[in-house]
Amino acid sequence: MKFTTITAAALAATLALPALAQDTKVIGVSIPAATHGWAGGMNFHAQQAVNRLEEVYPQLDFVLATASDPAKQVNDIEDMLATRNISALVVLPFESEPLTSPVKAVADSGAWVTVVDRGLAIPGIEDLYVAGDNPGFGKVSGEYMASAMPDGGDIVVFRGIPTTIDNERVEGFQSAIEGSGINILAMEHGNWNRDDSFTVMQDFLSKYDKIDAVWASDDDMAIGVLAAIEQSGRDDIKFVLGGAGMKEMVAKVRDGDPMIPADVTYPPSMIATAIEMTAVGMTSTAPVSGTFTIGSVLITQENAADFYYEDSPF
Amino acid sequence: MTATETRPSRPARGVNLKVLGPILALVVLVIVGAALNGNFLSAANITNVLSRSAFIGIIAVGMTFVITGGGLDLSVGSMAAFIAGLMILVMNAMLPVMGPGWPLVFVGMLTAMVAGTLAGFVNGFLITTMRIEAFIVTLGTMGIYRSLVTWLADGGTLSLDFGMRSVIRPIYFDGILGISWPIIVFALVAISGELVMRRAAFGRHAAAVGSNDQVARYSSVNVNRVRMLTYVFLGILVGVATIMYVPRLGSASPSTGVLWELEAIAAVIIGGTMLKGGFGRVWGTVIGVLILSLIDNILNLTDGVSPYLNGAIQGVIIILAVILQRDKKAES
Repeated sequence: MKFTTITAAALAATLALPALAQDTKVIGVSIPAATHGWAGGMNFHAQQAVNRLEEVYPQLDFVLATASDPAKQVNDIEDMLATRNISALVVLPFESEPLTSPVKAVADSGAWVTVVDRGLAIPGIEDLYVAGDNPGFGKVSGEYMASAMPDGGDIVVFRGIPTTIDNERVEGFQSAIEGSGINILAMEHGNWNRDDSFTVMQDFLSKYDKIDAVWASDDDMAIGVLAAIEQSGRDDIKFVLGGAGMKEMVAKVRDGDPMIPADVTYPPSMIATAIEMTAVGMTSTAPVSGTFTIGSVLITQENAADFYYEDSPF
Repeated sequence: MTATETRPSRPARGVNLKVLGPILALVVLVIVGAALNGNFLSAANITNVLSRSAFIGIIAVGMTFVITGGGLDLSVGSMAAFIAGLMILVMNAMLPVMGPGWPLVFVGMLTAMVAGTLAGFVNGFLITTMRIEAFIVTLGTMGIYRSLVTWLADGGTLSLDFGMRSVIRPIYFDGILGISWPIIVFALVAISGELVMRRAAFGRHAAAVGSNDQVARYSSVNVNRVRMLTYVFLGILVGVATIMYVPRLGSASPSTGVLWELEAIAAVIIGGTMLKGGFGRVWGTVIGVLILSLIDNILNLTDGVSPYLNGAIQGVIIILAVILQRDKKAES
């Protein structure tokens, strides 16, 4: 049944091709597969943006490919260039190094290149760079901590998977809390994972008799941390600060949960910004080249409703 | 073959060292932990470590039989994630019909057990009847279950309905006389496993099949049936481990159970079971699981070691524990 539909669609496309060939531009979108919460949200927003833009711009055609590892992503991009004759590529590189030369080949072919979130190893290949702000994410988190704990205090810090992203966030955080009287008792890797951060928090609770607050630095990790605190029955921990903007956590902020007074965004919807801007560049004379940095925003009870996306899986 | 015949006649000193290796490693770890942090031996910390060992521990007991029978199962971590996802979906779907309460928890448990049995049966069927290498079959099913849970969760996280979470939570956090349920279940599984391995015909058959399946076949052991059963038992135990896992955080995601298979295999080998099959020691596996969790626990409780090096320290201790018990063998 499905095969028939595809064949019919392909046939229709072939027949329609001569008439449309001059006008239709193909935009390739290559992103990592949904292997964790944030990537799941990013996939959702990419699909939404593609569906919406195909309605708005009949002269644009989109190819969306999700890759489970860097090698697969390289293949996807090579296929797009070879068989779909793309006019533009929107890519969120799995890893910077292995993706640099295939993306450069796309740029060399004359196509427009938009790079999202993770930069390439050689700067200047891309026409547009839509970036999340990792040092800024750490800075906003640190500033919130400093303002929420005016008299200072002892905190524990959860780090993600050891990567540049994680280092930039932690450095931003540390410089923001400098001189605020906040003392970091310990930092440990929770790997952006609920189970890992649950066990690490259990051990932190055994190790320290008094912890004033936790910078979980990620909403998945915050969930593990909260479960460990609940199990211990301790009331010395005043709050936990996560990050990213998972909808369950945004809901807690909105509903005034005292343990989750705030959250810091690192929106997976930045892929939609990138696709949207690329489409504008392809269809109009408005200039869209350069770097577009999406700042991390503090979510508090006042603005939480604006950051809650009912349909998103994240 | 030769190894099997000479084992009983080996000098007593060698056998002792082999048996004592993992116990010594465990004792050393406990002493180090107690010396480094005063809270290490507190009731809360011991409960934490034992409860979190239960998932890998329950699976590793099953893995001991599979490896003893000359097999291997790489799919258990993904299988656990998939079963956890399925259990949550089924409970969420039945919630409007049955309402939150223990009957629904039993439906969830039943789902996990049935799914585990079936998953184990599929692995066993492909390995015994279709005669495909265990490594290849379970590498395949590992990918399949991991993708399935990612697909079920739409790349995000499957969460148990909030009303249900407080009902199911006690399975992980409560217990009898201060001993939490995961510890009790782990202990029961380990004791039964040890009895089956030592006393029951099935344990001896598994060892015979793993040692030399031709000889086992001539001794009228139904080789395929024994192999199949080891995988089915492992599947059931993965189901049991999942029943303990889901109540903890009430969620499953594509990152659930990542690398559990390797931790379980490492625990089995640290415990003195031979990777090539033919000999298994369930209580050794329990020691192996405890060693692995204690390393993590101690590293979290102490400063001074860069967290980047946790994996390296774990690796060194795993290799040391195995060297300690293979000492005699290397000489001969």
